[in-house]
Amino acid sequence: MIRLENVSKVYRTDRIETLALDHVNLRVEDGEFVSIMGPSGCGKSTLLNLAGLLDAPTKGKIAIDGETLTSYRDRDVASIRNRKIGFVFQTFHLVSDLTVLDNVEIPLLYRDISGRERRKMALAALDRVGLSSRIHHFPSQLSGGQQQRVAVARAIVGRPRNLLADEPTGNLDSQMGGEIMAILEELNRDEKTTVVMVTHDSRFAERTHRVVRLFDGRQVM
Amino acid sequence: MLRSYLKLAIKVLLRRKFYTFISLFGIAFTLTVLTLATALLDHVFSPVPPERHLDRILYVKQVTLHGEHITLRGSPGFGFLDASVRNLPGAARVTICTRGSDVVSYSGGQKLRLSLKRTDGEFWKVLDFDFLEGGPFTVEDDRAGNRVAVINEATRRQAFGGVAALGKTIEAGGQAFRVVGVVKNVPIIRDVPFADLWVPIGTEPSADYKSQFSGSYLAMILAKDARDLPSIKSEFDARVATLKAPDPKEITSIASGADTLVETVAREVLPGTGRDAHGGLLEALLVLGAVLFMALPALNLMNINLSRILERASEIGVRKAFGASSRALVGQFLVENVVLTLVGGVIAWLVSAGALRSINLSGLVPYADFHMNLRILAAGVLLALVFGALSGIYPAWRMSRMHPVEALRRRA
Repeated sequence: MIRLENVSKVYRTDRIETLALDHVNLRVEDGEFVSIMGPSGCGKSTLLNLAGLLDAPTKGKIAIDGETLTSYRDRDVASIRNRKIGFVFQTFHLVSDLTVLDNVEIPLLYRDISGRERRKMALAALDRVGLSSRIHHFPSQLSGGQQQRVAVARAIVGRPRNLLADEPTGNLDSQMGGEIMAILEELNRDEKTTVVMVTHDSRFAERTHRVVRLFDGRQVM
Repeated sequence: MLRSYLKLAIKVLLRRKFYTFISLFGIAFTLTVLTLATALLDHVFSPVPPERHLDRILYVKQVTLHGEHITLRGSPGFGFLDASVRNLPGAARVTICTRGSDVVSYSGGQKLRLSLKRTDGEFWKVLDFDFLEGGPFTVEDDRAGNRVAVINEATRRQAFGGVAALGKTIEAGGQAFRVVGVVKNVPIIRDVPFADLWVPIGTEPSADYKSQFSGSYLAMILAKDARDLPSIKSEFDARVATLKAPDPKEITSIASGADTLVETVAREVLPGTGRDAHGGLLEALLVLGAVLFMALPALNLMNINLSRILERASEIGVRKAFGASSRALVGQFLVENVVLTLVGGVIAWLVSAGALRSINLSGLVPYADFHMNLRILAAGVLLALVFGALSGIYPAWRMSRMHPVEALRRRA
């Protein structure tokens, strides 16, 4: 469960202040699949970054799985991100120096898990997204769709209850995008994973339980 | 976690071949120079035969004679040492010898240039020479002025074709000596025991040396126990303070010091005269020199690492997003850097071993026996770790402080 209460985010530079989010309230229940839509620059990614504790709100409160955050210091949020949240990015963000298997193991490195157990969990996650045969490949040897599937495997390998996807189909053709969407739906349906997805594609948004629309940093629906 | 970091570090280094090559080149070059310098210092200051008991030996190698119109600073004379170093409480043995001089020898129809050192009989008991033939000359030989000599194996080879030299005569500096012993070569870097042939002081052509306060002599004091060194030094200072120079009208005060080997070098290379030798300061300067020498290549590697922050921004963002704390990232990047510098250290070790072997074979440093050992290995590992930390900490800290959103915005 993800809860944002009266959350605002202001970006300040020497000269200007930009209000990226203005008193947004969002409650995503356990097992819900919510999509966030809106024009470019309306604050969708900012909202997702705040929900994923990658950034701190200027005002308001954030709670993950019932735990309200009182501090956004690095050491406090790192462990919550590790245990409770998985991310899928539009540009995949796979580490080019590492193999598929090593990329998927990344979230487990920051837990007290043996190397053998890590490998077992990573193989299971890759099997889940249908990439068991590519574990020793490097990202550059995969298609865009395959890279995003690796990214999904990485996001779910630690079995977080919440999955945040920032335009996961944005860099893929419609067929590959459809495949990724199907995997996210499956995770939501079978594993009861809570999914929050930023998307520009209304076809995919329509397939989610609920659509949240933003405009100029405000929630409009 | 450390195992994962190591695995990752090796993967990154293997994948980024150009970066690895450039970095390793700089690291290996720097560490090679420092390892060679360490080997040289080890060769000079380590307790190896004949100066096996280095921790118990004090040297008196310098004296400063002050007068109203004159200041003489240099090697002490026999007279000064005879009056100041004999029967010091806590001393097991005392020896006096010359610093050594070059003489010409005509042996077997050929002209040889040899380094000759005049010593007393105690010299052979304070130092631990490795005799290949015969033995040392004695206190009695010295007292009687017997023309006997100990030669090194190089002189045996040159003068006698490498065959047994005992009982044979060698001519040096216009005097003929009967060979009573042959020792293994001593490297020129160990300047106190070094010579090609050693003869008794009693064979000096003139007896003038006996009263001189300034000359070309030195003394070694072997303490019963290393803990006695401070009290021996104090007693030596007290004696020197009461000494009267042979010509008190010219010389009004005398300053000298009984020093450890490091302190003797400090006394010669650092400014200042008198009783205090700045051994600690010399050691500090050597460490500072090593750090400064490392600073430039370390800054260079630091710069390469910093420039890679942008290249690795995406990775940093991903790791943070998936739960890496700043501390974990500092650990990861530091391990990467230390692995790189340790690999550089291994290369430096191999290159240094080869270079030392070449120096030994070249004869550039007479009788040099440079070699790598555990002390140098320990120093090398320490140097590599310091280098790794110097060049890695700041970039690792900068990388770890990167904001995850900012990092993820950049695409590698």
